[in-house]
Parts: sequence; structure tokens; C-alpha cells
Amino acid sequence: MQNVNWIALIVFALLFGFITWLGFAAAHWRRGDLNLLNEWGLGGRRFGTLITWFLIGGDLYTAYTFIAVPALAFGAGAVAFFAVPYTILIYPILLVVFPRLWSVCHKHGYITAADFVIGRFGNRWLALAIAVTGIVATMPYIALQLVGLEVVIGGLGLGGEGWLGEVSLIIAFIILAAFTYSSGLRAPAAIAIVKDILIYITALAACIVIPIEVGGFGKIFAAIPAQKLLLAVPHGQSTGAYSGYATLALGSALALFLYPHSITGILSASGRGAVRRNAALLPAYSFMLGLLTLLGLMAFALDIDKLPEFADGFKAFKSNFAVPALLLHTFPSWFVGVAFAAIGIGALVPAAIMSIAAANLFTRNIYREFFHRDASDKQESQMAKWMSLIVKFGALIFILLLPSQYAIQLQLLGGIWIIQTLPAVLIGAYTRWLNPWAQLVGWAAGIVSGTWMAAAMNFSATFPLQLGGWTFPGYSALYSLLLNLIVAVVLTPLFNQVSKPAQDQTAPADYQP
Amino acid sequence: MDHKKHKPGSNWWFLLLLVPFVGTLWVPFYNSAEPAWAGIPFFYWYQMLMVLVGAGITAIVYFATE
Repeated sequence: MQNVNWIALIVFALLFGFITWLGFAAAHWRRGDLNLLNEWGLGGRRFGTLITWFLIGGDLYTAYTFIAVPALAFGAGAVAFFAVPYTILIYPILLVVFPRLWSVCHKHGYITAADFVIGRFGNRWLALAIAVTGIVATMPYIALQLVGLEVVIGGLGLGGEGWLGEVSLIIAFIILAAFTYSSGLRAPAAIAIVKDILIYITALAACIVIPIEVGGFGKIFAAIPAQKLLLAVPHGQSTGAYSGYATLALGSALALFLYPHSITGILSASGRGAVRRNAALLPAYSFMLGLLTLLGLMAFALDIDKLPEFADGFKAFKSNFAVPALLLHTFPSWFVGVAFAAIGIGALVPAAIMSIAAANLFTRNIYREFFHRDASDKQESQMAKWMSLIVKFGALIFILLLPSQYAIQLQLLGGIWIIQTLPAVLIGAYTRWLNPWAQLVGWAAGIVSGTWMAAAMNFSATFPLQLGGWTFPGYSALYSLLLNLIVAVVLTPLFNQVSKPAQDQTAPADYQP
Repeated sequence: MDHKKHKPGSNWWFLLLLVPFVGTLWVPFYNSAEPAWAGIPFFYWYQMLMVLVGAGITAIVYFATE
């Protein structure tokens, strides 16, 4: 294994020490009673436009994204760029749908998507399905953040999978668990400010320094073979890579804001104006993600995996080591420390928000709804705090004991599962025409068919749909969502015959400013 | 906070939001190396440009429907 990079390690440790302090200090920021779930789990819905920008940016653009998307570019080329249209398309959706959801959730004190669903449709079993889907889809996502952290710890020379690497991971995890428990959502909100600034500095520095070193973007792209530079042009009776690319972008965009951690970030905003303004301001992160994706191509152009000093890193982490190796190759040690800290802290922020979001769901929609209907506010927030620990601990055990490949496959399935909540949450924000029982059957059809498609393709994201002699390779999440919607629409008139629709707790005016 | 009432007919502005969808989902339009810009193939700079276009459109719709 490579030697420990002491200067980088010291800078990394100092920055981690700083955010640890910040995480605990955040408990006193915009002070509220942390014995209320609304305060612990949503920061009291007090974050203005700027803090919301940092929080959602830090929440959605995760450490794993910064490692895995360039790694895909490094290994597979142009297809990795689907992350750019994906993160373009999330913002029109954010601008149109989510101000409505923010308003109705604010008006009724809803903390989770499942809270909204039970209020809107009055069906606790549909709400349970939404809550369980959210929790199950989030857990592998948390595990992936720890994978991102593992890669940078390995890059510091602490041995990715050896005992030293594991001890470092456990220390980082304890820090994360402790400040989340004590400060709730305020901790990742405060830390996100530091993390996002560090990430912007790193991305800009890399995209200025590396092309200069190589001799211009032209030289970088000239070194990429043609089959990697662009998508393969489809031939025969197949839409080939084109439909794969477009459906991956669209399906991922539709799924993103259904994840509990996204909804938690949005609901913590102080007003619907803050949500709307962020639809125009957050694309700055998409631009940075595009630049970071180009880092993968730069690493490829530099033949970074052929350099002997990175042989061990690539052996341990495969192409996920491309970005750390590129940073180690390009920058002085102190800046490597800054950049790695940016990625490492970038793992903690989303992991904290994800665990809080999963805890909110469990507490509100499982514990309170099914086990302890008259739980006090204090019991509710205490249960959420414990649950946030359990969720994170599960992710840690997963990463330490099982190959990271399982976490990646489960995260792919998580995307397929979470998109099945779209009819209840996104369409539900506009109409309650779909019968909740029909939605539940549609949800099950989507989960089963999507899981089957992914498993049949050996956990590749695209499924070759055969229709009328043509093949349409596309994102299985989108195909299974179509089936879900068809089932829900067809069964709605039938279920309306047998079940009396429940009362809608929300009024049309609740969705408006 | 948005206190102003929606102007009549202002919801047409939301149709502008279809532009990023059309511009990014029709892949054959931009899957080419030429016209390159500063050595960057069209595929890459076009999509980066669409990030800015998309942000500009959400900003326009935000102000128009405030």
C-alpha cells in the first residue's frame, strides 16, 4: 500500500475537526426546542434561500456522485454525462410541483411525504408503502456515502480495506452519528456551507489547473478514443444508447425529489419563495457536476491508472479511484487534503440528512401511526433520534461486512423503488383522482416489475424493452413506473365501486401561496 | 414570501419549462463531435450550455410568475 500522505492527512483531520465542532455548535443555531420533531428533523422550517441552497446542494450532490460519475466517465466515457441532463431536468420539476407540496405540508405540519399521502388520500396502508419505500431506498444510499468516504481515506494512504481504513471510517461515522443525534437537521445545514465552498474551490481549481498542465481541453479530448467520446449511434431495429441515455436522465430526474432526503431538504425551507428561487439557483451545482465529470475524462487522457504509485488504489477501488488519483497527481499535498476533506465532508452531509429523513418517516408513519398513536412530542423526537442512529449503524455494518458492489446494486434498486411513489406524491399534489387502493396495487406492480428487470439485466440500469419488432433499451425505473401508472389508472374505477373514498384533509387553497 | 397574486394568463410562462426537456432528451441532436468549441466536442459543451439555459429559463419563469 502507498505511504501515508501526512500533510494531506493533517489538513484533512483539521477540517474534519472544524466541522465536528460546527456540527455540535449548530444545535444553538436559530435556536428551537429540539424535543419537537419539527425542530430536530426539519430545522424548524427556518432556512432561507441561501441556507436552503447550500443544504439542498450539499444534500443532492453527494460524495458518491463526485466519485462515481467521473469514475463512470473514466471507465465508460460519454454515457456518464447523462448526469448533466438529469440534473438540468430536476429544476423545472422543483419549480412547478414542490412549491405546492411545501405549502400544503407547511399548512398541515406534515414532515414527510407519507404524512402528506395519509392526509390527502386517508389510506394508512398507502402511506405505509410510501414510508417503507423511502426508508428502504435510503439505506443503501447512506452506505454509498460511506463508500465515497472509504475511497478518500484510501487515497490519504490509510489503506482502504485494511484495519486502519476501517478504524478511520468508524471514527468518521461516530462523529456523524453524534452530531446528527444532538443537533438534528441544523448540523448538516451548517456543515453543508463549508462542504459546498470546499467542493467549488476543488472543482474550479482542477478544471483550470489540469487542462493547463495537459495543454488545453483539445489535447484531453483528442486522447479519448472515438467510441468513448460520443454515444454509440444506434443501428438496426433498436434505439440503442440514445434511448438509454435519455430515459436514464428523465427517470433519474423524476426519482430524485421523491427521495426522503430531498423532501426533507425542501420542507425545511422557510417559505415557498425560497424553494422557487432555488430552482433557478441550484443549477450552479449541475454545472460543477459537469466539470467534475470531465475530470474522469482528464484522468483517462493522463493514463492515470498506469502510474505505478496508484496501482494499489486502483486495485482496491477500481475506477472509483480515478478522481482521488488525479487530485494526488496534480496538486500539492496540502491542497489534496482540502479536496479530500471536501469529498469526505460531502459524504457526511447527505448521510446525516438521509438518516434524519429515514428517521422522520419511521417515527411519523410507522411508530406513531401503527404502534403508539398518542406518543408525546418528546417521545416522537426521541424515537427519531434513536432511529437515525440505527439507520446509520446498519449502513456502516453493511459497508464493513459486505462487498461495496452490493450497496451499488441496492442503490440502483432504490431508484427503481422510490420512483413508484410518484403517483401518490407528485400526482397527488394535483389531484386525488387515483384511488389509493389502485395506487397501492400499481406501486406493487412497479416494485416487482422494476426489480425483476434490474435482476434480469444483472443489475445494469437499462432494460431492452421489446415492442413491435423494435428494441428500446431504457431505464427500468421509468418502464416500471409506466406499468405502475397504467395499473393505477385502470383499477381506479374498479376500486371506486367497492371502497368509499376517505376524507381529504387538504383544501385546494392549501396548495397556493 | 410571495404575496402578489398571479396575473391572468401568466401560467403560459410555465410552457417555457418544456425547452430543457426537448433540448436534452432528443439525444441524436447533440451526439456529435462537431461543431467543436475550443477543442471541446459539441456533445460536451452543448450540454453544459443547456445547464445555463435551463437555469435561465427557471429564472425567467420564476420572475414572470412571482
